[in-house]
Amino acid sequence: MTQTAPILLTVDGLTKAYPGVVANSDVSFTIAEGEVHALLGENGAGKSTLVKMIYGLVRPDSGSMTLRGAPYEPSEPRAARADGVAMVFQHFSLFDALNVAENIALGMENPPPQSQLAARIRDVSETYGLPLDPAAIVGNLSAGERQRVEIIRCLLQDPKLLIMDEPTSVLTPQEVEILFETLRKLSAEGTAILYISHKLEEIRNLCDSATVLRLGKVVGTCNPREKTATELAEMMVGQILHVPVRAPRDVGDVVLEVKNLSAESPNAFGTSLKNVSFTVRAGEVLGICGVAGNGQDELLAALSGEVRADAGAVLVNGTPVGALGPNERRHLAILAAPEERLGHAAAPDMSLTENALLTGAIREKLTNHGFLKWPAIRAFAEKVIEEFDVRTPGAGNAARSLSGGNLQKFVVGREVLQRPDVLVVNQPTWGVDASAAAAIRQSLLDLTAEGAAVIVISQDLDELMEISDSFAALNEGRLTEPRPALGLTINEIGLMMGGAHGMEVAHV
Amino acid sequence: MFRLEKRPQPSQFWTLLTPIIAVVATMIAGGLLFALLGKAPIEAIRTIFWDPLFSEFAWYYRPQILIKAAPLILIGIGLSLGFRAGVWNIGAEGQFILGAIFGAGAGLAFYPADYWFIFPLMVIAGAFGGMLWALIPALLKTRFGTNEILVSLMLVYVAEHILSSVSFGLLKNPEGHGFPGSRNLQQYEAASNAEIIAGTGIHWGVIAALLAVIAAYVLLNRHIIGYQIRLTGQAPRAARFAGVRPNLLIIFCMGLSGALAGVAGMFEVAGPMGQISVDFNQGLGFTAIIVAFLGRLHPVGILFAGMLLALTSVGGDIAQSNLGLPAASIKAFQGMLLFFILASDVLSNFRVRIGTAETA
Repeated sequence: MTQTAPILLTVDGLTKAYPGVVANSDVSFTIAEGEVHALLGENGAGKSTLVKMIYGLVRPDSGSMTLRGAPYEPSEPRAARADGVAMVFQHFSLFDALNVAENIALGMENPPPQSQLAARIRDVSETYGLPLDPAAIVGNLSAGERQRVEIIRCLLQDPKLLIMDEPTSVLTPQEVEILFETLRKLSAEGTAILYISHKLEEIRNLCDSATVLRLGKVVGTCNPREKTATELAEMMVGQILHVPVRAPRDVGDVVLEVKNLSAESPNAFGTSLKNVSFTVRAGEVLGICGVAGNGQDELLAALSGEVRADAGAVLVNGTPVGALGPNERRHLAILAAPEERLGHAAAPDMSLTENALLTGAIREKLTNHGFLKWPAIRAFAEKVIEEFDVRTPGAGNAARSLSGGNLQKFVVGREVLQRPDVLVVNQPTWGVDASAAAAIRQSLLDLTAEGAAVIVISQDLDELMEISDSFAALNEGRLTEPRPALGLTINEIGLMMGGAHGMEVAHV
Repeated sequence: MFRLEKRPQPSQFWTLLTPIIAVVATMIAGGLLFALLGKAPIEAIRTIFWDPLFSEFAWYYRPQILIKAAPLILIGIGLSLGFRAGVWNIGAEGQFILGAIFGAGAGLAFYPADYWFIFPLMVIAGAFGGMLWALIPALLKTRFGTNEILVSLMLVYVAEHILSSVSFGLLKNPEGHGFPGSRNLQQYEAASNAEIIAGTGIHWGVIAALLAVIAAYVLLNRHIIGYQIRLTGQAPRAARFAGVRPNLLIIFCMGLSGALAGVAGMFEVAGPMGQISVDFNQGLGFTAIIVAFLGRLHPVGILFAGMLLALTSVGGDIAQSNLGLPAASIKAFQGMLLFFILASDVLSNFRVRIGTAETA
């Protein structure tokens, strides 16, 4: 198919520099009509900037683009849409209180009357196997269905090129399969798809060709079906990957026991925890997966002590701790590393030294009758920086001046070095480059070798498969029964995560 | 085109320089204002900034500056702690009044006895009165989620009514020939906040202000509570993660700033003002907000800012009597100072670049 199809879009030598960083340097590739083309790269490799240039959100410094043989220089997204380029963003822009048709009308230049629009939505959704009721209120839809709203909004414009930015990060494996069916059908009808992802298996499954970006440059083009996932990863990272090694270890006694934990979310739009129960033994890693927004933040808060529950709902070595606050739990060696680095795990404008004090005050004995021992605090910060290879000019630098991966190493390292008995981490490697991610995972495994119980909450299934001993899924605030990770298939995990959430299977 | 670019870290250089820029900009804008009023601008600025310190009557004005600065610094220090934590106590004026009423009341209750403990008791009573008044918005906020800005501000007007009520009733001088106002505490030695060293203007309030500066510096830089205050203001969610209890911190900050404002009110009524009267308060609690921000919410900065504002007040009084400048123009002049300090804050957080954002 790709050999014969005419070229749709040619990108030639695009360069875009921001102050202090070159986001894209001399990037060139082509997409044929009907081709599913992957844009592969780590966080910060320049994928987003590149597609923003194609979609008219950012203007390139130099280079040119050609669309169906004609020069293509979109000055704004409206111009890009007029030329048949549409984009589905990673974060949806939908109003919860409005219905599907109203939301779609809001994104259109000249929306037809509601009745006509509803008919067209039904039409398009049936054609492409995306069943969707135009009168449904968006607030009641699952993440997968919301994505359908965004896709249909694009399809109504009859695009020639559909850009999808990390579309599967909010989907269960079953929902991903439904989406891929639709994308394949679109491709068969001649719509080209530019698919951005760092999930290698998906790309091997779906895409006809792939352009790999590293540090803003194209480092290779390939047919992903002919490469192994490891080969793709090494192209992306530019070095041989070290898979974390797990020392053989004996699983000990139960350290953490959670019994019928229910907690209201502190956030009005959050998900409350409902009857969560599980146990973690010494030396064990419990992996908790789930689609974002199903109670991950709330579970971390209930374990860290930011949200209090019944005393007996959380037991550590038999001691009830459910009603204790974060510092009282730190006394008992229960530590946590939240997902959001800036603003939750660390204060953006404070130095790393001051951020070391944020959680280290108690276990590292950094205060004396409430007075701060600055030399000890600085020494602790420097120890974290050194042992976790945090790249920064010094401990006096503000947290927000660090890159995401370096700050993440600092945040995880700060907790790991405090010798926890129980460590809870939410998204330990989100937005972290592959080698740093491997180092973080290794440090978590080393911790279990010393007898700690570790809970890893993550949306990255590959990560969880790599380090977990047992596996559970969060779905609408409920946790499934943990199962041994060994021998668990992706399909079984998907069902634990809620399967397709009752979403109608595409009629393709 | 000018373009603002966020700095990775706030610039130390500009943080220190902005107050100076603000003062200079205020002088220029104030000069324009005075010129529009038909007064010689340079002479007016000189009268405000130079005469209190170096004119032939400076021996009289210099102690006045200390006397005016002490309550501004005391209140400003208290407010700055709350402001750092994101707790906006705007009602220091009311807490100042209540501190004065409680302090004076405690002293006058013993009139005309002469015990050593009367003055220390008045200090405690003044702190208690101010704290009580500040805890009302604090508790309403923590209990019911009300806005402390509105509640503390509205309580200023309630406090003014209490002030006039006690001036005409409870604390009225029985020997005052029917005039409103309390006995004059300057004439009641056990309760008087007199000059400690004659001719310098230094009274107990000045000592207390200096102690407050040192204590606040130690608290903010060397103590976990100060760290929690800063953390709460910068990243509330991280503060909760660090074990800070937000409600306790709100009560602490409001209570402490109220107590300092109350103490300031007590030193004022027992010293420079002398008596509780209907027009006892002159807006020091509001001016102290300018002092806190002009001093970058930093204790040492507040010390200097308090002195500067006191200088403009004393200088403004001179300009009023010598040059006939209206009193409101002096208030406007002080307000400009706050405006310019907040505006020039942009420079410490952003870098100004010339050029367009996107080039094709």
